[in-house]
Amino acid sequence: MTNDELGLDVDVRLRLGQGTRRWTLRAARGNVGIVGPSGGGKTTLLRVLAGVERRAAGHVIVNGEVWQDERRFVPAWRRRVGWVPQDSALFPHLSVRQNLCYSGSQDLDEVVAVLGVAHLLGRAPRHLSGGERQRIALGRAMLSSPQLLLLDEPFSALDKELRGRVARELVGWCRSRGVPVVLVSHDERDLMPFSASCWELGDDGLRPAGG
Amino acid sequence: MIDVTAAVRLSVLVGLASTLLSLGPAVGCAWLLARGHFRGKSLVSAVIFAPLVLPPVVTGLLMLKLLGRSSWLGGWLAEQGWPLTFSLTGAVLAAVVVGFPLYVMAIRSAFEAVDPRLEEVSASLGASPWQTWWRVTLPLAAPGVAAGMVLAFARGLGEFGATAVLAGNIEGQTRTIALAVYTLLEAPDGHQALRSLLFASIFLAIAALFGFESLTRRQRGRLDLDER
Repeated sequence: MTNDELGLDVDVRLRLGQGTRRWTLRAARGNVGIVGPSGGGKTTLLRVLAGVERRAAGHVIVNGEVWQDERRFVPAWRRRVGWVPQDSALFPHLSVRQNLCYSGSQDLDEVVAVLGVAHLLGRAPRHLSGGERQRIALGRAMLSSPQLLLLDEPFSALDKELRGRVARELVGWCRSRGVPVVLVSHDERDLMPFSASCWELGDDGLRPAGG
Repeated sequence: MIDVTAAVRLSVLVGLASTLLSLGPAVGCAWLLARGHFRGKSLVSAVIFAPLVLPPVVTGLLMLKLLGRSSWLGGWLAEQGWPLTFSLTGAVLAAVVVGFPLYVMAIRSAFEAVDPRLEEVSASLGASPWQTWWRVTLPLAAPGVAAGMVLAFARGLGEFGATAVLAGNIEGQTRTIALAVYTLLEAPDGHQALRSLLFASIFLAIAALFGFESLTRRQRGRLDLDER
């Protein structure tokens, strides 16, 4: 794979508890899916990519742009990633509309339609169900004009039917804007709509799925 | 003769002035202690919280040495017409220093209660650290900051030891409720005035604590803590 074809080039080490984890990942441009058991470090890896986990050493290069190496660390707020944490982390003092428009409202109507959340706009986050929270967090990330979407178990609180519909709509939205997705999940089926290059995360690090 | 109204008015003035004057530094110090990672943090913390464990009279004495007319700064300010000792300014300053640790402690708790992940999400959405502070951290901590203000105000109202040493007990200028009560204890005909001052003192203290409780509850509600 040439450097031009490389979307994600990651080689990071991080002390976690007693041991040190090392994650190496070289994937072509496009969507990347990572599966692995709960507690395997998937969330931490996404945090490293988002730039909010600063203890990691090594390099992170995304689409040819160096986000982190020995000399350089691009802070999270300059990376333009749409990070959706597993438990949504909506701002509790803002309404759903304010959460969605936190960093931009240009495509609000479209994103609201894609996610089917028009009826929730005036509500406070504490009055939302788990699935509704996940969709709002997804919309908030989509509206931030990201150059990469980082999704941490984004459909875990959605029922089967909604999961399929939201995934399809999201894939279409990302494709139309050329926004690649890095998605982590413990459930391989979550990755299917994304046609992602699939990686497995285990105790010995990352390896291509089925490889 | 003790002027009860003047003592109550002066106490409220000293409490308000000290609270407002130290708001900025208290928020800054609380933020540093809650979120900062820097060398010497323990030392900074020890200096900030020292007045909490030192006897207020000792704090007043130290301030007198540092800011009295015989010191470089105190002497210069007195020459400019701003004497720090035996003046209203001195009473406010004593209240600032003695109340500061409680102020910082309350606001620090408010900042610590804000989930750092919300700040991380804000950063991932493109907000600079300053924007995140204004749009996420401060609004979520605001009721806790207000609760800290109420606590600092209440502490300023009741300040006695450091005020007596630094500002003296001057009727209408530095004689706050606490100093007036102390003076009346030695006056044979002061029972009526003493009763009024005690009533005012208890009323203000309970009102302040009620405000503190209600604001603290409000912050918990804002952070959704009551529903978890």
